[in-house]
Amino acid sequence: MTGIKILSTGSCVPSRVMTNDDLAQIVETSDEWIQKRTGMSERHYVGEGEDMTYLSEMAAREAIERSGIDKSDIGVIIVSTVSGEYYSPSTACLLQSRLGLVHDLVALDVSAGCSGFIFGLETIRALMLARNAKAGLIVGAEVLSKKLDMTDRTTCVLFGDGAAAAVVALDERPYFSEIGVDGDEEMINIKVSDGHIHMDGQGTYKFAVKTVPEVIEKVVEKAGLTYDDIDHYVLHQANLRIIESIAKKVNQPMEKFVVNIEKYGNTSAASVGLALDEAYKTNRIKEGDRTLLCAFGAGRTWGTVII
Amino acid sequence: MFEDVKKIIVETLGCTEDNVTLDANLFDDLGADSLDAVELSLSIEESTGISIDQDAMVNIKTVADIMNYLEEHK
Repeated sequence: MTGIKILSTGSCVPSRVMTNDDLAQIVETSDEWIQKRTGMSERHYVGEGEDMTYLSEMAAREAIERSGIDKSDIGVIIVSTVSGEYYSPSTACLLQSRLGLVHDLVALDVSAGCSGFIFGLETIRALMLARNAKAGLIVGAEVLSKKLDMTDRTTCVLFGDGAAAAVVALDERPYFSEIGVDGDEEMINIKVSDGHIHMDGQGTYKFAVKTVPEVIEKVVEKAGLTYDDIDHYVLHQANLRIIESIAKKVNQPMEKFVVNIEKYGNTSAASVGLALDEAYKTNRIKEGDRTLLCAFGAGRTWGTVII
Repeated sequence: MFEDVKKIIVETLGCTEDNVTLDANLFDDLGADSLDAVELSLSIEESTGISIDQDAMVNIKTVADIMNYLEEHK
């Protein structure tokens, strides 16, 4: 039992919808400009009474309920995020209490930018193996609307808020992942001093379309598969053009790529989970399908897993 | 070399071959945006082995600019 399987997913996006036109009222931009360059139409921002911990809790509650497991089986909680309410305690600790989980568990947050969900899966698997845990809870959640410089039109239109969760268990099938880091502090960062997201858009685009096809090739090869053997590709929703470019490079039809960027924008660590949750709920991904998850982002980090 | 670059530009930007002249401006005449420019630089690198770094890309506006860059960095 060294693999990992997703038993169920859950999600929560905040109620306030921010359209491209809404943003055009704040910064010099337009619906057409944003759509053409990113594929985004709207994103969600937290409103009154909503914060990152709340979104995480709601997503986790749904995932636990849908899994049908006894919640006392959860032995590891991982929350991937860069935008929690506290530097300390971790959001994972807050979830232990809010969800009424057992005390005998490991709970920690993972900071890996937009690769957070994949780094979270790698981490939760390792900890579950080490602790022989029956089940684990992974959450990818962000409130990036509080990290935006609303005078910087090149970045403020890109990001949104949301949370996705999954209940996971160890599995008999082997585990294949490809994770990496090329330490960098400039491409995308959130400085403690100003708390805003800074991003070199072109540099990020170049990094993504160059690196992602390489890591997908590596993981597929490692698993002894071909691109055609993968039923679904769930990539980090950073930019539709990035996903299209990657699809072209691995020579797979866009129909195999789960895309929901038009509704949520880039939700960083939540994005892969949100796309996965939607694909499960709409029955697009069925039992026994082979799905490749892949994300990339600040750090520079990348990660891909076949589930 | 020009024919190779022309082919890459047509493939990347989806423009008509006849419009890809040395004088053509990638942005104003051929409809490229900043992300297309990155795609273009990656495709050129793959085909020619010559990497066009980001700082240099900022100064590239026309097809002739690309050809000159490639000539200088051969």
